[in-house]
Amino acid sequence: MTVLVGFVPNALGEAALTASVAEARRRGERLLVVNMSRDDVLVDARRAGQDQLDRVRRDLDELDLEFEVRQIAEGGDAAEVLLDVSEQEEVSVIVIGLRHRTPVGKLLLGSAAQRILLDAHCPVLAVKAG
Amino acid sequence: MDNINSLIGGFGDVLSPMNLLIALLGVTVGTAVGVLPGIGPAMTVALLLPITYGLEPVQGLILFAGIFYGGMYGGSTTSILLNTPGESSSVVTAIEGNKMAKAGRAAQALATSAIGSFVAGTIGTLGIVFLMPQVVKFAISLGAPEYLAIILLTFTGVTAVLGASRIRGMAALLVGLTIGVVGIDFVTGQQRLTGGLPQLADGIDVVVVAVGIFAVGEALWVAAHLRRKAGSVIPVGRPWMGRDDWRRSWKPWLRGTALGFPFGALPAGGAEIPTLLSYTAEKKLTKHPEEFGHGAIEGVAGPEAANNASAAGTLVPMLALGLPTNATAAIMLAALQGWGIEPGPLLLTKEPALVWALIASLFVGNLMLLLLNLPLAPAWAKLLQIPRPYLYAGILFFASMGAYAVNSQPFDLWLLLVLGLIGFAMRRFGLPVLPLIVGVILGPLVERQGRRALQLTGGDLSGLIGGPVAWFCYALIVIAIAWPLVSLVRGRRGRRGPGGGDAGGDGPEPLTNARAGHSFNSSEA
Repeated sequence: MTVLVGFVPNALGEAALTASVAEARRRGERLLVVNMSRDDVLVDARRAGQDQLDRVRRDLDELDLEFEVRQIAEGGDAAEVLLDVSEQEEVSVIVIGLRHRTPVGKLLLGSAAQRILLDAHCPVLAVKAG
Repeated sequence: MDNINSLIGGFGDVLSPMNLLIALLGVTVGTAVGVLPGIGPAMTVALLLPITYGLEPVQGLILFAGIFYGGMYGGSTTSILLNTPGESSSVVTAIEGNKMAKAGRAAQALATSAIGSFVAGTIGTLGIVFLMPQVVKFAISLGAPEYLAIILLTFTGVTAVLGASRIRGMAALLVGLTIGVVGIDFVTGQQRLTGGLPQLADGIDVVVVAVGIFAVGEALWVAAHLRRKAGSVIPVGRPWMGRDDWRRSWKPWLRGTALGFPFGALPAGGAEIPTLLSYTAEKKLTKHPEEFGHGAIEGVAGPEAANNASAAGTLVPMLALGLPTNATAAIMLAALQGWGIEPGPLLLTKEPALVWALIASLFVGNLMLLLLNLPLAPAWAKLLQIPRPYLYAGILFFASMGAYAVNSQPFDLWLLLVLGLIGFAMRRFGLPVLPLIVGVILGPLVERQGRRALQLTGGDLSGLIGGPVAWFCYALIVIAIAWPLVSLVRGRRGRRGPGGGDAGGDGPEPLTNARAGHSFNSSEA
């Protein structure tokens, strides 16, 4: 079984990553870090650069965990990508960062976190940025 | 002094709250579309054409001028941050600009390009003030044969001199001329290329052609290539320059302006050649040759100034002769025709207030752009995060609405789709769009002048070659067309001869890349 974490290169992603490490330790399971960026925009702020992914790998190496870092740059919907991965990989828990959204913003653009919470077949751990 | 007085009069017309608001709207929209690759000022002006028919001509032109200059500013932002030129004229900026951004000097690159654009735009607009009336004085004396020759020279300029391939340019021009002749012949009353369809008897409206080729064609093209990996965000910060950057930038700005304006003012126009020339010149003159290729600020400052000066220059033939040499100017001319104003040498005498208000609005717009671009660069960069489906859905909506609004007949929507497919095919096969749109707009004009010249001489062909101006133009056309053949023959001989390793056309490597980049982003010119 695997702990799946959706990683974005900001404080929210760091918080989710920290929580997922603790969760993987507690469960004694493998950690799968996924960074997703859309393929229908020119630049995506959620895309982690190579150096950022390298830093995540180095940090996880030091923690002596079994892990995999995966970058997915296809598709237009982060929630769908994470849910697909969770079904393929026998995931026991999904860890995501949760940010404050105004009701109007949610109405217009939807919320990836909300879709993951509602549609996931496994428990979801939602973390707020500290 | 006359010019200055007229210009002050023009400022008087522009500096009303409503007109300033329209100018602000124009430069804002212009910067936004300049930032987005593939969507340029030409497409935007085409989309807005039907809306502006309800405005006063002065206000419509102020809006378009703002979009035109704004596109120049915005294009460089994308070049620098993304290495994807928002426009063909900022291809060269990407060479050094993107290297600077990757080295963490995005703020300085954006600053030098914005301030350089401002300097060049202001000097270039002053150039219009002094040069344009002179050109008009000269042009008023021209008869039909001379005018015909100048239009033919423009055709040669936009097809053979600009762009990567002459044959593709010619093909695009012929498609444009063909679209231009659809309708009833104005002398004999025959139907031409209408296929018996009554809706085509009035000809195809320029709005439908422009929107179809630019907007629908581009949307189909993007839809066919929708999936591309996103880039990472490059932190922008507020653009600023250190003392050293200023010292290294001001000379390239002035040199770029000096190169760009004359090229733009020629009836062959185009910003690609002067930007390339400016880049090469800066590379030769720089005191920091080791930095070129790794983000030299001169390589951003020079070409950016050159492309803005050349954009200003292209307004000289547009206003003085009615000859557009870039796509945006072509559609601005179509707008003038839509308001019932005849572009050409008589424009300045018939509509002086309009022309001077337009020029004054260029000064105002330029200043607004500087104020808008320096502090707000990070906000503009955010536009690149808009998902393409949203963007192009909006464009297609406006395109269909605009095409339908022209005549309120559903037939135009089918026409729009067909023209969109032509636009898609042109992008697919690397045909430049500019010659087509120039052909559509100048085609009827060249026909009228040609026939007028023939009528004057009673059908004698010698009437087409009257006067030294015409001879000069035809000589230039022959040179422009024959030159590649001559150099081809020479090149072959040189290769056969011993030690003939003279490969005259080989530029430095980044320049060839820039050429290649241009054909990728073929929608803007």
